[in-house]
Amino acid sequence: MKTTRSTAKPVHKPVFANGDDIQIPVFTLLKPDGTAYAGAGKPTLDEATARRVYRAMLYTRVLDERMMAAQRQGRLSFYMQCTGEEAAVVGSTAALDDADMIMAQYREQGALAYRGFTTDEFMNQLFGNERDTAHGRQMPIHYGSRDLHYLTISSPLATQIPQATGYAYGQKLAGQGHCTLAIFGEGAASEGDFHAALNMASVHKVPVIFLCRNNGYAISTPVTEQFAGDGVAARAFGYRMQSIRVDGNDILAVFEATREARRLAVEHNEPVLIEAMTYRLAAHSSSDDPSGYRSKKEEEAWHKKDPLRRMQRWLIDRGWWTEDEERELTESLRREVLDGMKQAEKRRPPALATLISDVYAETPPLLREQLETLKAHIVRHPEAYPRSAPWLDDSTEKEGQA
Amino acid sequence: MSRMNLLQAVNNALDTAMASDDRVLCFGEDVGVFGGVFRATSHLQEKYGRERCFNTPLVEQGIVGFANGLAAQGSVPVAEIQFADYIFPAFDQLVNETAKFRYRSGSLFDVGGLTVRAPYGGGIAGGHYHSQSPEAYFAHTPGLTVVVPRNPHQAKGLLLASIRSPDPVLFFEPKRLYRASVGEVPDDDYELPLRQAEVVQEGSDITLLAWGAQMEVIEQAADMAGKEGVSCELIDLRTIVPWDVETVVESVLKTGRLIVSHEAPLTGGFAAEVAATIQNRCFLYLESPIERVTGLDTPFPLTLEKEYMPGPLKVLDAIHRTMDF
Repeated sequence: MKTTRSTAKPVHKPVFANGDDIQIPVFTLLKPDGTAYAGAGKPTLDEATARRVYRAMLYTRVLDERMMAAQRQGRLSFYMQCTGEEAAVVGSTAALDDADMIMAQYREQGALAYRGFTTDEFMNQLFGNERDTAHGRQMPIHYGSRDLHYLTISSPLATQIPQATGYAYGQKLAGQGHCTLAIFGEGAASEGDFHAALNMASVHKVPVIFLCRNNGYAISTPVTEQFAGDGVAARAFGYRMQSIRVDGNDILAVFEATREARRLAVEHNEPVLIEAMTYRLAAHSSSDDPSGYRSKKEEEAWHKKDPLRRMQRWLIDRGWWTEDEERELTESLRREVLDGMKQAEKRRPPALATLISDVYAETPPLLREQLETLKAHIVRHPEAYPRSAPWLDDSTEKEGQA
Repeated sequence: MSRMNLLQAVNNALDTAMASDDRVLCFGEDVGVFGGVFRATSHLQEKYGRERCFNTPLVEQGIVGFANGLAAQGSVPVAEIQFADYIFPAFDQLVNETAKFRYRSGSLFDVGGLTVRAPYGGGIAGGHYHSQSPEAYFAHTPGLTVVVPRNPHQAKGLLLASIRSPDPVLFFEPKRLYRASVGEVPDDDYELPLRQAEVVQEGSDITLLAWGAQMEVIEQAADMAGKEGVSCELIDLRTIVPWDVETVVESVLKTGRLIVSHEAPLTGGFAAEVAATIQNRCFLYLESPIERVTGLDTPFPLTLEKEYMPGPLKVLDAIHRTMDF
């Protein structure tokens, strides 16, 4: 019975190792000015996919700007932007099959935009109205879509990572050639769930891709206070997992790395860790102010590496995009988002009965009694419950929904 | 019918579940070739292959996270946590993920296929970390179903129902009874109802309510009380949450007296929940205060385990207090 995979050779002096002799390079194809590095080769991203990617990135930027403004106006309770990380998120999603599963953290709305989540769907979730599929139960940005194979977001960090390993194990048994992409930040990679997930994926040879968005900060904590090792990529070696570090603001590199990772996962059941080096250009959330923990100078340096601008230049150079198209699309997306928001914020809140549905497949009697008690209370004090009281007698308030 | 102990009944239920549905998978620490430290998964790998019955690394949060993902994907995972005392690294996955999966997505996703099995309870000289009864922690989490069987027949039927339930189930097995409890178990595939308590003995003077290994204890107490002329009604709650209020209410309306007994500590134990609800529903029918006979508010001890445990004599004393009130 061997207790290590390698044949551990005997030495006669104490020899320690800390991994410093292993240097992990950064895979990159596009320079910050959008031109290709010499030796970058012919990109595999075709025109149709490239345009779909760029549209999703632009949509995400427009959505984030508009919704952050709405939060500042007091129209929305909370918001989180993807700004600066669109290439890492959309580029990796584009390298998958659209039926592959995505289990994201919370800042990955670009993946949904790429797969066709509609403005109406975004808005109904953000405003938690009667058309939100989750009935206004979660804070804004906790999207989910079964049709688009995007698991509903959960706030606790890293919990989706071992779930991705399990989901992918099921995909492997199902044998339909699908994989799962787990996306998370470098802060979440400190959680125990991350390590559990990678170890189990390697031991059980599971078709899963772990994409770490190393964006420099976990809220205010910089990477230097998050880990002492060489980023997150090096951790894969402890699990003998394939690992790659990629320029996360370079759409071509992200796409290519994920495409190859998917091949390893699906064809060889080899899990892969991708560390995308990027930067959170916006605040952590609408409740955060980065000026307390990082400098304007640092932010400006990263603005120059903006993944959208880089991709735009590359597209224009190839004749796949024009500045006029960009202006028109931006205009129409802004209108679409604004109109969508106006409609969504006018819609009714979810029916009161949705408060108790979906806790169990069949609602237990004790919980049904609690709803009846609550209804009777609201009827006695309608002025205290403006969200539900006006609709209590409405026909849409069906018992069947409980 | 075959004579089986509780462990064999669990093994038989898993075998039945795996034979009837290819999507059922069994995994956990030492679950594979070894068949689990208690042998609950014996021969399953041999019969169903390494893909469907396997060892996992030693990481409870990973086991349950993995199981949540599998269930979301449409598989039917039956994960084993080696001892209920070691379930706490998975507390986040169970409380924040398993329990809320369906609710937070508006039923777009659920982990209804998931069952987590764990041996629980004292009486085996297991000290702090091989003895605990953690059901109350999970009973406080809407979305979870917690089931505890009392004997081999119940174990097979309730475990099959749990595996096939549309909701995730925590299935706590009384390990003291693994080999000690022996009985006739149907060879066929059968399910016993979840969310339903069972009146296992009718009586008219006092209701004794318990679950799992504690059922044996209240039965012994009832026998002793019976010889003194006290007629006890015994109820096995079976599903801790969502619990069967009506069966307990109906019994207490008849007897006017209630004792609830569990091994877990008194404060915040599930007996408190039962007592609060029953006094509310049966207030004017109660002849005496509802009594709780439970473990002490201490970590689970070793040498003085018998002193800690809510044994039959403690239950009998409580019956006397209640009858003489």
